[in-house]
Amino acid sequence: MPLAVLEPGGDASTALYIVAFSMFIFGVRRGTHPTTAKQGNMIAAVGMAIAVATTLLLDGIGNWGLIIAGLVIGTAVGVVASIRVQMTQMPQMVALYNGVGGGAIALIAWAEIRHGIALGHEIPLDTLIPILLSTVIGSISFWGSNIAFAKLQDLIPTRPLAVPGQQVINALLLVGVLAACVSMAINNDDVSEPLFIGVLIAAALLGNLVVLPIGGADMPVVISLLNAFTGLAAASAGFALDNVALIVAGTLVGSSGTILTLEMATAMNRSVANILFAGFGGAPTGPAGDGEERPHTSVGAQDAAIKLAYADSVVIVPGYGLAVAQAQHAVKEMADALEKRGVRVDYAIHPVAGRMPGHMNVLLAEADVPYENLREMEDINPELPRTDVAVVIGANDVTNPAAKNDPDSPIAGMPIIEVSEAQQVIVIKRSLSPGFAGIDNDLFYLPNTDMLFADAKQAAAEIASEIGNL
Amino acid sequence: MDVITELTIFVLAAFVGFEVISKVPTTLHTPLMSQTNAIHGIVMLGGLIVVGYADDALEEIIGVIAIAFGTINIVGGFMVTDRMLGMFSRKPPKESGD
Repeated sequence: MPLAVLEPGGDASTALYIVAFSMFIFGVRRGTHPTTAKQGNMIAAVGMAIAVATTLLLDGIGNWGLIIAGLVIGTAVGVVASIRVQMTQMPQMVALYNGVGGGAIALIAWAEIRHGIALGHEIPLDTLIPILLSTVIGSISFWGSNIAFAKLQDLIPTRPLAVPGQQVINALLLVGVLAACVSMAINNDDVSEPLFIGVLIAAALLGNLVVLPIGGADMPVVISLLNAFTGLAAASAGFALDNVALIVAGTLVGSSGTILTLEMATAMNRSVANILFAGFGGAPTGPAGDGEERPHTSVGAQDAAIKLAYADSVVIVPGYGLAVAQAQHAVKEMADALEKRGVRVDYAIHPVAGRMPGHMNVLLAEADVPYENLREMEDINPELPRTDVAVVIGANDVTNPAAKNDPDSPIAGMPIIEVSEAQQVIVIKRSLSPGFAGIDNDLFYLPNTDMLFADAKQAAAEIASEIGNL
Repeated sequence: MDVITELTIFVLAAFVGFEVISKVPTTLHTPLMSQTNAIHGIVMLGGLIVVGYADDALEEIIGVIAIAFGTINIVGGFMVTDRMLGMFSRKPPKESGD
């Protein structure tokens, strides 16, 4: 029962695709403010419905049983996943979605190649080259994303896993993939399917090997990069299928992933190449504690509560440890108790506070923290000297004054939230152990810093109830 | 469509993309990522086309998986983004002044 109303590549279908991609761009544009973003998302979704409906009406679309099967399976999985996923698991989910997208693109490229070979005449280069590009990028993205997912989900160790001679193996694989692609492009009148499958497999290996050595703390960069990859692979598929909606949508996603990748790398003061190839993040090496303990002050929940309750302004600095302890709701209760007493409470969010860009903001929004109180690093730093108490919860390296003061520190130059500038600092942490960078945090030993050794959730809840008792 | 037209579209889209996306605040970067996940789900169109001219069972299987994968992206991506953005807007902004 082909509907076959629209001609592929005809004016009507192209016009509808243009409407669709305009709605994507407009939808993302509405995403620049929390109050309009939900509406923007809806607009983009309607644009997608138009794109899908247009395609279903094209001449040549058939095999309806299979189409419906794919739609039903995909919808069922998508609905269940989006309802069930917890906000702490968003990085895994996005990694998985990047992978699924990349996988779909590589599979479509494979089917296109088979179809081209079956037709028996040469595959024009303006189709073949984009197919090969989307194969390679899509396959890398699929496998790389699966590894990123497995690491975030703790299915495999988050520490860097490196094979000896890794760089050489990666370089050889890349050269092999490129050589095979060039050879297929030269012999485009007789493309070899086994060679194509070889490329698919080599790119898969490459995706695995590039992401395996990357540590957990570098995941925000990896996820953003894979996002960019999947977008570019989609744009490339658009070139192969002569579809404007795919080209524009893929490019939009590619731009987004690229911007986020660069922002995350800047926030860690490292180059993308260094993150991908140095196997650094999550390596607990370094001179952490030379056996001797440096002097520090430790306090209990009650003392911390008193300090906070009699302050005028408090800045809370959350880190990934807060998410791990599921402490966001307890922290919100603590903030509410303070606000009831007239204390101004803000949250200072470092760009890499979570496991993906903006992750911490979502976790706090889930706990009903108003977004106006979520302050960016550059915005809050100038206010910290005037802040009475800064409370660091589950954050470490991003508060380390060594990044500013010690040019020899491994994190020298990394932008930090300058909590040491605040009048007083309370650090809620289980122990003095170093963070992901594997270095001691000078903040813990400053005269105006008090350490509260406890689980983040428990400590926040205790402080909240102590404040209530005052 | 010829390649040069497509390249023109690609380059212009890249500039528009950079302009628009760089205006999205950090607070909304996670929903932005899940929304772009949904948008790249548009590759399922490729799956729809491929299934239509599948030459054998393998191509049909490949096509169905591609459609299912793309649909997961679209449905899951837009829904989870909606859920997250709901968290940002469900409470009216508190009027506590500056």
